[in-house]
Amino acid sequence: VYAEFGDTGRTAAGGGVDLELNRSLQALAVAIRVRAVPWIRDVVPALCGIALHFDPFHPQLPDSVLEYCRELLQESFKSASKFEDSGRTVEVPVCYDPFFAADLDEVSAATKLSAQNIQKLHTSAKHWVLMVGFSPGQPYIGGLDAKLSVPRRATPRTRMPMGAVAIANAQTAVYPYETPGGWSIIGRTPLTVFDPARDPASLFAPGDRVRFISVSRDEFERLK
Amino acid sequence: MSLRIIRPGLLSTVQDRGRYGLQHLGVVTCGPMDPVALELANALVGNRSGEAAIEITVLGPEIEFECDVLIAICGAQFDATLAGRALPLNRPVFMEKKSKLRTGRALVGSRAYLAVAGGIATLPVLGSRSTYLPARFGGLEGRLLRAGDHLPLIENVSSLSLQRYKKLGSRKDMADLRTVSWSAPALTLPEREPIVIHAMEGRHYAHFDAAAQRAFFEATWRVSLDSNRMGFRLAGPVLARAEAFEILSEPACLGTVQVPANGLPIALMADHQTTGGYPKIAEIAAADVPRLAQLSPGGTVQFARCTLEQARELRRALRQRVDAALRSLAWDYQS
Repeated sequence: VYAEFGDTGRTAAGGGVDLELNRSLQALAVAIRVRAVPWIRDVVPALCGIALHFDPFHPQLPDSVLEYCRELLQESFKSASKFEDSGRTVEVPVCYDPFFAADLDEVSAATKLSAQNIQKLHTSAKHWVLMVGFSPGQPYIGGLDAKLSVPRRATPRTRMPMGAVAIANAQTAVYPYETPGGWSIIGRTPLTVFDPARDPASLFAPGDRVRFISVSRDEFERLK
Repeated sequence: MSLRIIRPGLLSTVQDRGRYGLQHLGVVTCGPMDPVALELANALVGNRSGEAAIEITVLGPEIEFECDVLIAICGAQFDATLAGRALPLNRPVFMEKKSKLRTGRALVGSRAYLAVAGGIATLPVLGSRSTYLPARFGGLEGRLLRAGDHLPLIENVSSLSLQRYKKLGSRKDMADLRTVSWSAPALTLPEREPIVIHAMEGRHYAHFDAAAQRAFFEATWRVSLDSNRMGFRLAGPVLARAEAFEILSEPACLGTVQVPANGLPIALMADHQTTGGYPKIAEIAAADVPRLAQLSPGGTVQFARCTLEQARELRRALRQRVDAALRSLAWDYQS
């Protein structure tokens, strides 16, 4: 599916979140980036779509951007690998202690699972980064056990704590900053999710595999 | 070499062209709310477009120049003085060491750019000097400028400033003001309100009910007080959706107008999030975003429906006006 996106971007989108589609979009993004089109500023693969952002005032911007982007997507799709796998596994220590897991009781009630089982299901599943977005370094992580699926909270929190590990629907998010958020908090990581002075700045990149590892409060403090 | 902030004003930050190429890692682009005004300000002091300048908002700062500097202020029409005398906007002005610039309220528009020869020389972060306030990086320690700050300028700013100033053909040197006899046009100032901003139907336009679709293009919207560099919240009729639906988070764009559950639209501006999960009722034409950015809270706007082709024409027309201004400027620099 291909759609217009104002006159500064183009986006193509599929129906729902599907691992294979997601991976192929990430591969497509890499293939487009390699072409280094001078007026394309950003190529953003998302959960089930991809966006091309361009400089609307670039002198080389073609008149028929729409057609150009459609062809670019098609051509790049041919040269793109089947799917992108960064080959990296990010290990994320998480303290699931109720001290940090503000919504543990609610999740427990909604899923009819004990705190221990929630932790077990979350740490044993194979997760992968579907998209990084919203704020710098914030990952949308797929692979959540279906038994842990809870809807977004009716009233979002105005401030999620930094490092909050939260779930909604079929995904996990890790909050790099104190931003508003409507997902249910089940733990916290001591890791710095995004640090512009670090290389790489972002702990997570699209295509990474993710493993959550349970740590105690003592270990959490040590790792901080 | 630096300039000292005596009084910071309401919301003054360092901004350059913006931080591009990292949106896939959630890195917000930032950059000027009004890129046209930044481009003109840079050109007036002989900089390449996109150099870092100070973006000042609604109530401007008071600044002491600790060395000789060529400056220019473009964008909103601010009340500005140098030693009690009105400082002309939209033109290069040679500020002598120890001189103090005082800016007051924006009389027309809300944002202006104070460019200096060679640009503001704070350290780039992830390829840009633009300040990103929510995550506290870029610009000066990722924050608003405050009293007592020293903003670094390039090493040879004084000699460069003098050299550039002397290249100007129509200098008008007076004892207390060293500037030129012409000024660059202000291309993005809001005309009479409500201003008219062109917008295309957004990806989820069809999901809104008929009344909402009509209201979006017919109502007069007021920019709310809780608007910021991230987005302009618009007060007006509540826009209802035809049916309740939740969309997956997907990329958002500069000028995207999204509608959260409360039915009041938000126009995404320079610091907009890279992705979002609210339905998009409209996309503002790129050529009109700088004019919208010049509205102050309380200002009013109406949206005029346009096609992609019309948006392209608007862009081309704006570019021609900017290029014409840059050409006459370049001519004076050469003569």
